Amino acid sequence: MQEVAQEATRQVPRTVIDDVVIRFAGDSGDGMQLTGDQFTRTTAVHGNDLATFPDFPAEIRAPAGTLAGVSGFQIHFSSRDVLTPGDQPGVLIAMNPAALMANLGDLKKGGLVIVNTDKFTDRDLEKAGQTSSPLDDGRLEGFEVVPVQLSALTKNALDDMGLGAKETDRCKNLFALGIAYWLFGRDTAITEAWISNKFKAPYAEANLRALRAGYNYAETVELFHSGYEVPPARLAPGTYRNITGNQATALGLIAASQKSGRQLFLGAYPITPASDVLHALATHKDFGVITFQAEDEIAAIGATIGAAWGGALGVTSTSGPGVALKAEALGLAIMVELPMVLVDIQRGGPSTGLPTKTEQSDLFIALYGRHGESPCPVVAAQSPGDCFWAALEAARIAIRYMTPVILLTDGYLANGAEPWKLPEVDAIPDIPVNLATDPEGFLPYKRDPETLARPWAVPGTPGLEHRIGGIEKQNETGAISYDGDNHELMSRLRKQKVERIAQDLPQAEATGSPDGILVISWGGTYGAVHTAVDTAFKGGMRVAHTHLRWLNPLPPGLRELMERYERVIVPELNMGQLSSVLQARFARPVESYTKVQGKPFKVSELLARLQLAQAQA
Amino acid sequence: MSILEDTPQYTKKDFMSDQTIRWCPGCGDYSILSQVQSVFAEMGVPRHQFAVVSGIGCSSRFPYYLSTYGFHTVHGRAPAFATGIKLANPELSVWLATGDGDALSIGGNHFIHLLRRNVDLQILLFNNRIYGLTKGQYSPTSEYGKKTKSTPMGSVDHPFNPCALALGADATFIARTVDIFVKEQRDVLTAAHQHKGTSFVEIWQNCNIFNDGAFKEHTERKTRDERCIFVEHGQPLLFGDKTAPKGLVLGSDVRLHVIDVNTDEDRARVLVHDTSNQLLASLLIRMEGAEFPTAMGVIYQVERPTYEAAVHAQIDASVARTGGGDLKKALASGSTWTIPG
Ligand code: SF4
Repeated sequence: MQEVAQEATRQVPRTVIDDVVIRFAGDSGDGMQLTGDQFTRTTAVHGNDLATFPDFPAEIRAPAGTLAGVSGFQIHFSSRDVLTPGDQPGVLIAMNPAALMANLGDLKKGGLVIVNTDKFTDRDLEKAGQTSSPLDDGRLEGFEVVPVQLSALTKNALDDMGLGAKETDRCKNLFALGIAYWLFGRDTAITEAWISNKFKAPYAEANLRALRAGYNYAETVELFHSGYEVPPARLAPGTYRNITGNQATALGLIAASQKSGRQLFLGAYPITPASDVLHALATHKDFGVITFQAEDEIAAIGATIGAAWGGALGVTSTSGPGVALKAEALGLAIMVELPMVLVDIQRGGPSTGLPTKTEQSDLFIALYGRHGESPCPVVAAQSPGDCFWAALEAARIAIRYMTPVILLTDGYLANGAEPWKLPEVDAIPDIPVNLATDPEGFLPYKRDPETLARPWAVPGTPGLEHRIGGIEKQNETGAISYDGDNHELMSRLRKQKVERIAQDLPQAEATGSPDGILVISWGGTYGAVHTAVDTAFKGGMRVAHTHLRWLNPLPPGLRELMERYERVIVPELNMGQLSSVLQARFARPVESYTKVQGKPFKVSELLARLQLAQAQA
Repeated sequence: MSILEDTPQYTKKDFMSDQTIRWCPGCGDYSILSQVQSVFAEMGVPRHQFAVVSGIGCSSRFPYYLSTYGFHTVHGRAPAFATGIKLANPELSVWLATGDGDALSIGGNHFIHLLRRNVDLQILLFNNRIYGLTKGQYSPTSEYGKKTKSTPMGSVDHPFNPCALALGADATFIARTVDIFVKEQRDVLTAAHQHKGTSFVEIWQNCNIFNDGAFKEHTERKTRDERCIFVEHGQPLLFGDKTAPKGLVLGSDVRLHVIDVNTDEDRARVLVHDTSNQLLASLLIRMEGAEFPTAMGVIYQVERPTYEAAVHAQIDASVARTGGGDLKKALASGSTWTIPG
């Protein structure tokens, strides 16, 4: 098959293009995430740079065929650098009327629509809330429409296998994938290997047949005027894999455990979109990783702090509602000064909010969401692959400064994927750990003069028996103290310790114009903001970009950097949280540009905002 | 190196910390502390291997007064912290000091999950049937109708029976004792330490400030033997005056009944305590009414694999299978491709 496919590919004229955004859309039960994931892997191995944006409903199976049940997966792939999943798809594969209508508005004018016409009965249209069929009422005018009888063709391909009608129909996503592979001249081998591995007979055979049938169908009936070819990107030399943010977070934590020689302990309670970190770490027990699925969010962090006391690298992963529940225990971790990482994979809030959608609205709770004066370092990842580095850095700082650290990622980073250059494991520096062992002069709250960290004295160490707890303690001895002056001293020490982390951080720097407008971003909006600012700068606008990795403490030199610019614009997927932080901190006005629609920024939206700023100037 | 060879000889004093004890004078907690210190000294466990964890409340000040490793944590959440420390460091002897409010109200969820998991540690639940540290509100074990500051007309909450709750949560070791019982309490603490799994010990504790005399009938010399039955595995369930004892028998109604034991025939009818019998444990735990004594001692004990052993067995098996994780391999999992330089 593979050879046949390649043979066939050679005979077809292919238009070379350098950038494609494609979206697969169907019912939650149609396997769109899986289809998108396979297309991503194949695209990555082909050598394109890419970014993905899975977008699915909160319900596992919303009513079939309805707009509420539409699940989508968007991939932006290119011969050039890719930092975002793309503003507008140029190709849409729609499995039913709901998927078509929910996504048509996003499609580029003149875009290609591959549509499963077998799902356009009156009943199907009614479920999707349509009074007429978009296939023939003119609503698809201006698009290049390719109707395909996906269900019938899949059925033909599997006819002699003796599978039930439902089982047969379930393979139609692979038929569609086969069509997409032909369209972009892609080898089916990676997906074939995956199918053979993943499914048992006869389902492996059925899926393979559907995939090949889709490919051959596109080929033989000349479904398209032309195939396309997107040549590989010029990525830096090295070995690459495709990685999602949650996978990268899990691997970063394992790397931190290996580099610090501390056993990794993950305490977690299942929550969207964080559960995949728990799932990933649960498969890595051979690294000595302990995963503890706790009875609730509070128990998850409680056990994590207990494990940190016991000398482990303690991590708890969650999302917004979980962060709220963990607040009291996190305050204790700050008080007892034990190293641990709280990973908050942000989603739309408050309350259950938009559990499967992305948002950056947990900055305030990360910075301030505890009672009392309870400073906590906060670091944020900027891309799926960067979650690895951010997790490693969070652990490094936690251990070096004996403090909990909050790592912010988000639903977009967590589920989105990008090609990731594998790091040189040996080049990752060790994380030094100095466990206290010497009883001579040992005091549980005696601080390192450079970092203000207290010693990590693990139960089981002879001669270091001591008590810690939530009650304020006397400086150095750690004995219970209700003395007012001592409380002020300890409060200041805890604050100064977190501020000292800035000594380890690089100076704030901007790319682009040395003056004019400075755009400050943080977290998962990096790709869109950087692309927009870079485009505007190259187009002659006086605009620069700086991206904050650390939110607490802020990087050194940020005030001076901001002072060099006339205007500061802060785009965020919230109602302006970083804007407030910067204004309060530096007492200078900034312009907040926000969006809370559960979706990442589009580059075009940011560009429009920059153009508006320039027009005002 | 065996722990035993290495263990210094301790006295009770070795387990006293330098902290001033801040419980009210006359509080039952003093006696519990004293028994625990004595028992710790005799266990053959090096002092640095003890980790004592607590939540919030009068009882939860406990770790500060022991010279071991101690962690005073968050209200109700001590079971979670204790689970974490035991998983990270299974060698430790972990003890959890908690109260009726801490364990059964704010921490009820963690309490039952700790028991069902069977983490190898000891829970000492100081049950004084009142909130002490917050100054005298009713607790989840206060009797129905209890008049307190927050229930001036009497509580309308039905109380928990902590041992029954533990049994319902599939605890593997359930014992009950009283703060001022010296020998009986020490025996229970020792048995709890020796049990592999979560040992639940309910200790009736007098709060002389807010609920004084709650257990008076059970502790006063003249009524104590009538009100308590000290159960022991393999021994008949007898109580009361030694010369004219009473015994527990099982009626055809599958309920316990109290009989006077005068003849050999009577004696033969008396139940023999079997700590592995869950039905008997359930009946003993729930004895209520004026004619029934309260069961004291080890009421229930069964073997079940401990949680931390099962967790570490999976880790060990994974390590044995792959020879230990290889970071380079883990990073390169899935499909990779190389861009030549
Ligand atoms: S309030 Fe009651 S329980 Fe608390 S220390 Fe005083 S006597 Fe003991």
